[in-house]
Amino acid sequence: MSETAEKLLNPRPESLVDIPTHFCPGCHHGIVHRLVAEAIDHFGLREKAIGVACVGCSVFLYNYLNTDVVEAPHGRAPAVATGLRRALPDRLIYTYQGDGDLAAIGTSEIIHAANRGEPITVVFVNNTTYGMTGGQMAPTTLLGQKTTTSPYGRDFHQAGYPIKMAEFLAPLEGVAFSARGAVDRVANLKRTRKLIFRAFEVQVQRLGFGFVEVLSACPTNWGMTPIEAAKRVEEEMIPYFPLGIFKERKEADHL
Amino acid sequence: MKKKLVKGNEALAQAAIEAGCRFYFGYPITPQNDIPEYLAREFPKLGGTFLQAESEIGSINMVLGASAAGMRAMTSSSGPGISLMQEGLSYLAGSEIPAVVVNVQRSGPGLGGISPSQGDYFQATRGGGHGDYRTPVLAPASVQEMWDLTFLAFDLADRYRNPVVILADAMLGQMKEPLEMRKPELPPLPAKDWILEGCQGRDKRLLKSLYLGEGELEKHCWRLWAKYEEIKKKEVRCEAYRIEDAELVVVAFGSPARIAKGAIMEAREQGLKVGLLRPITLYPYPEKELADLADQGKTFLVTELNVGQMVEDVRMAAGRRAEVHFYGRPPGAGSLPSPEDILHEIRETYPAR
Repeated sequence: MSETAEKLLNPRPESLVDIPTHFCPGCHHGIVHRLVAEAIDHFGLREKAIGVACVGCSVFLYNYLNTDVVEAPHGRAPAVATGLRRALPDRLIYTYQGDGDLAAIGTSEIIHAANRGEPITVVFVNNTTYGMTGGQMAPTTLLGQKTTTSPYGRDFHQAGYPIKMAEFLAPLEGVAFSARGAVDRVANLKRTRKLIFRAFEVQVQRLGFGFVEVLSACPTNWGMTPIEAAKRVEEEMIPYFPLGIFKERKEADHL
Repeated sequence: MKKKLVKGNEALAQAAIEAGCRFYFGYPITPQNDIPEYLAREFPKLGGTFLQAESEIGSINMVLGASAAGMRAMTSSSGPGISLMQEGLSYLAGSEIPAVVVNVQRSGPGLGGISPSQGDYFQATRGGGHGDYRTPVLAPASVQEMWDLTFLAFDLADRYRNPVVILADAMLGQMKEPLEMRKPELPPLPAKDWILEGCQGRDKRLLKSLYLGEGELEKHCWRLWAKYEEIKKKEVRCEAYRIEDAELVVVAFGSPARIAKGAIMEAREQGLKVGLLRPITLYPYPEKELADLADQGKTFLVTELNVGQMVEDVRMAAGRRAEVHFYGRPPGAGSLPSPEDILHEIRETYPAR
């Protein structure tokens, strides 16, 4: 072995499967997957973790995360996670959901799982569009944003306003942690890594429901290059979807 | 064994406990509320989980989650709630996750009413959900069968890794009858080597129904089909009552089958050769039994609490060779047929020789 042997500073997390990604160039799912995998490794719970995959691009979580995974119907991941949580009280249960899944068709399931304070972790990837179905308007599509079903730009008279899930869920009593991050640049990525870790930690500590929203780019459906898309996250998304922690419980509430 | 006087819904709930079910998820709806109320009271004493969900969509998916972890899990509802569960049933079948789903039928369509009905026969036997799947459907006709078939439902669900529907009705759920709390002897079940509990000491597992690869879904569907064929071969159950010499065979399931039996006894008194074929499994359907009766030249009278659903299965099984009559009583206040009503129909349709 040579004296100048390379040292791998950031080895692949054990919770991440070593296979080529199929996501589009510039898509942020891969980054978020890695952060989730790092969080699971951090708590040493890969062999005790069960993921719930949702419907949309994020369903393919099951190819990349090296944990047991069950697929839920569209929007129902928090209900499936509730069943798993009740059946396996000592395991790590997490869902990984997109904006159409969680903030449109799955609003009932997410609100009630959060309100019950299910000790689960929900990773919510918000890219303001339905990626897998070809770029339709999502509940989080920004005003004026053109999509295939809002070809003249989203108009609040017709389609209402983009929904801010992290702020919306935060006041519910059962929520122990609710935050929003982004992975468009390294500084944000590092902060988001901490948010994701904390969203898992509140589950490990049984403080309640852990929620983290991650702003994500979808260059393909936005019609942008990966660099333009990352820039859009900063210039258009973050001003409407502010980054930060909206709720953080330090101890379990026994009211 | 000593008998106890028990309400149908409560017999079913206690049978679920005896069958090892410790996870119930449900949403209130008449006429099945005795089931969740019973389990909400009893499960905490046994370390079980009773959870009132935000909707029937929530319920069925919580069942999916608990069952994915290998637990015996169930939900119960009635028509409108069962409609909301169809998506979940399709996913359960597609991902091959067991579940027991009880439908104590009320009347529809829409909000309908709360009187006994059999309007959900198509939904239960054909699957209201999307895709190429089937669910075994068990149809009790007494409080004793509300008990016995609950054990069978959990057994079939685990044996075939498939959701199983118990199709009862408001009358069976709400009435009290003497019940023998017996435990059936069922053959040993295959090991649950597919469940999710964390991948300690093994490769990760995946429960899913998405198959995008070339030819994958076709293969999956044919494999499910083979399972349904096995179910059809092994799991048909029906009751035959005085059919050997019968000229006319009444075909009925659930509550109307009991009423029909009374009518048949009276018909026999009057010298008419009438029998009853009562399907206990609505899927798989006793096709062969009906076809054999058709071959013997018998005439059929189908009676249901709807405007004609199971009668289609009788016609299919009997083929062109048999005469099939239908007497339907869609639900409404006081609309259950009396034995005299059915006797009248028997006389009307009795074959002239």
